[in-house]
Amino acid sequence: MNALPARIGALLLLALALSLATEGFATATNLLNVLRQASLLFLVASGLTLVIIGGGLDLSVAANLTLSACTAALAFKATGSVAAAVATALGCGLAVGLLNGLLVAVVRVPAFLATYGTLWIASGAAYWLMAGRVVYGFPPALRGLGTGFVLGVPTPVWIMLAVAVAGGAFLFLSAAGREVFFTGANEEAARLSGIPVRRRRILVYGLSGLMCGVAALVYLGRVNAAEAGLGDPLLLPAVAAVLIGGTSLFGGAGGLAGTLVGALILTTVTNGLNLLDVGAAWHPFVTGTIILAALGADALLARRGA
Amino acid sequence: MPMAERALPAPFRRAPGAAVALVVLVAIFAASSGGRFLSVGNLVSLSSQVALLLLVALPMTFVVLTEGLDLSVGALMGLAGVVAATAMLGGWGVPGALLAALGTGLVLGAVNGALIAWGGMPAFVVTLGTMGLAEGLALAVTDGEPVSGFGDAPRLAWQAMIGPVPLPVAVAAALYALLHLLLYRTPFGAHVVAVGGNREALRLAGIRGRAVHAAVYVLSASCAALAAFLLVGRTNAAHPTVALGVEFDAIVAVVLGGTSFERGQGWLFGTVLGAAAIGVLRNGLNVLAVDPSLQVVAVGLLAILALVAGNRRGGRART
Repeated sequence: MNALPARIGALLLLALALSLATEGFATATNLLNVLRQASLLFLVASGLTLVIIGGGLDLSVAANLTLSACTAALAFKATGSVAAAVATALGCGLAVGLLNGLLVAVVRVPAFLATYGTLWIASGAAYWLMAGRVVYGFPPALRGLGTGFVLGVPTPVWIMLAVAVAGGAFLFLSAAGREVFFTGANEEAARLSGIPVRRRRILVYGLSGLMCGVAALVYLGRVNAAEAGLGDPLLLPAVAAVLIGGTSLFGGAGGLAGTLVGALILTTVTNGLNLLDVGAAWHPFVTGTIILAALGADALLARRGA
Repeated sequence: MPMAERALPAPFRRAPGAAVALVVLVAIFAASSGGRFLSVGNLVSLSSQVALLLLVALPMTFVVLTEGLDLSVGALMGLAGVVAATAMLGGWGVPGALLAALGTGLVLGAVNGALIAWGGMPAFVVTLGTMGLAEGLALAVTDGEPVSGFGDAPRLAWQAMIGPVPLPVAVAAALYALLHLLLYRTPFGAHVVAVGGNREALRLAGIRGRAVHAAVYVLSASCAALAAFLLVGRTNAAHPTVALGVEFDAIVAVVLGGTSFERGQGWLFGTVLGAAAIGVLRNGLNVLAVDPSLQVVAVGLLAILALVAGNRRGGRART
């Protein structure tokens, strides 16, 4: 966490460079747009941060977002009720998250394997449910979650801030949150100290799934359409946001403020690429390179520190 | 029930997930497809499908033995195929294209290996990074369009028969023989098992475990590049994203085959059984005209069933 100022500095330098290099970056519309896009990425990455702090991993977040958005869209079309869509998105996200939690904590499948399995199951289920259709057209009550403004700031940005504050309070102020850190740092020691390791694991996977449900609602509100595969481009950036944010991939250290900065850095890079007319096809390449560069830098720093 | 377990044939003892799945799936599809599943034409295409999966799954067994995994192979296959096709279009000839594809695999495998073995970074995130890099590069240079128009050589290679054996099957069999010798008859193989099972002992014995650890990822990526070259022949075009998700089938094949992520224990032939089970599952669902997206769900459920069953066995053995 003490590297947070450096990460904020990097973000500001990046923003400064883009302001000088492009005409469109430093405008109020564009900056609000960056914040709005970062909010979706942050929501997906926030639950993932909790899981990784707890010593786990959740590769299913993007597929879970897809399945939650698709089931919610279908539920709305079937019932015409926004409440049904909200309940379906949150319920679907939570269910996939709890399935991950049970597989990892109770069946004791390695986390990357269990969540990689649910990634493909959720993704395949979404393709099957949607059968190539695009479901679109949602009422203002739902659209507002993605496109609305409150006090001049986009609604999803308020949701992002609320999740960051609530998640931070959970991690740093509640006993359960501290126990998540302890579990991630040393599972055996945590168990011997009487921490309910299994329940804490299930809790973080459940929260991660729930956040995918929230992100699904924001997505539906913003894009106003759902189709299979919609969340796929978010997996790499979500992992990268956590990584750039300074949360340890080995568990036991990190926080949501870092992930927030990480999400902002990645979104700013993507936004800059668009402004510089670099095609969208290059985005996964750039994100992959950022992940590898961050890993390489961390490895070098760790070696120097050792 | 140790007596009863000892009496079982080796596949059911060492790779129960793969063996049971294989028997049950073959029985179901043979009974329900009206002879289409067991037709000669379908069995030839099934064997080529399994062979292609094995080219990725066999080296993946080595990776899993080191307690790692390689998520980048599917994306790499897309990139290596595009590189090979572009090289053929550029007049490099078939050997030159094969070398270009292998070179692509070698470079990405070396990046994976270096960051994991020397950088000490978790395999899933490193290979996720190279997955993005390879997928992105393949998409960016092709604009998402397949590369074709390079002549018939790859298609003829995919369809070639060596006696009664399709060429991809012969290549997979040769790779199996080679990797079997490497794993069970050379010090390298013993070191691979030790990287997963007991890294500390390896270090104390003065063996360069890191080089072995890195080599496993180079092996995985190179074999994936070879598979990519053969895959280009199937449709005689290089699709940048054609193989995304192959890594999932490969990892499930390894796990079904009785190789463990946590104990440095594994069985190379079990991976063959696991790949056969997945090949039969996908091929049979195809014959029955089941939606491809549900096939993915089926593979995932099969993996979870196998893991739950394997865990129960493990649990019983410990108590």
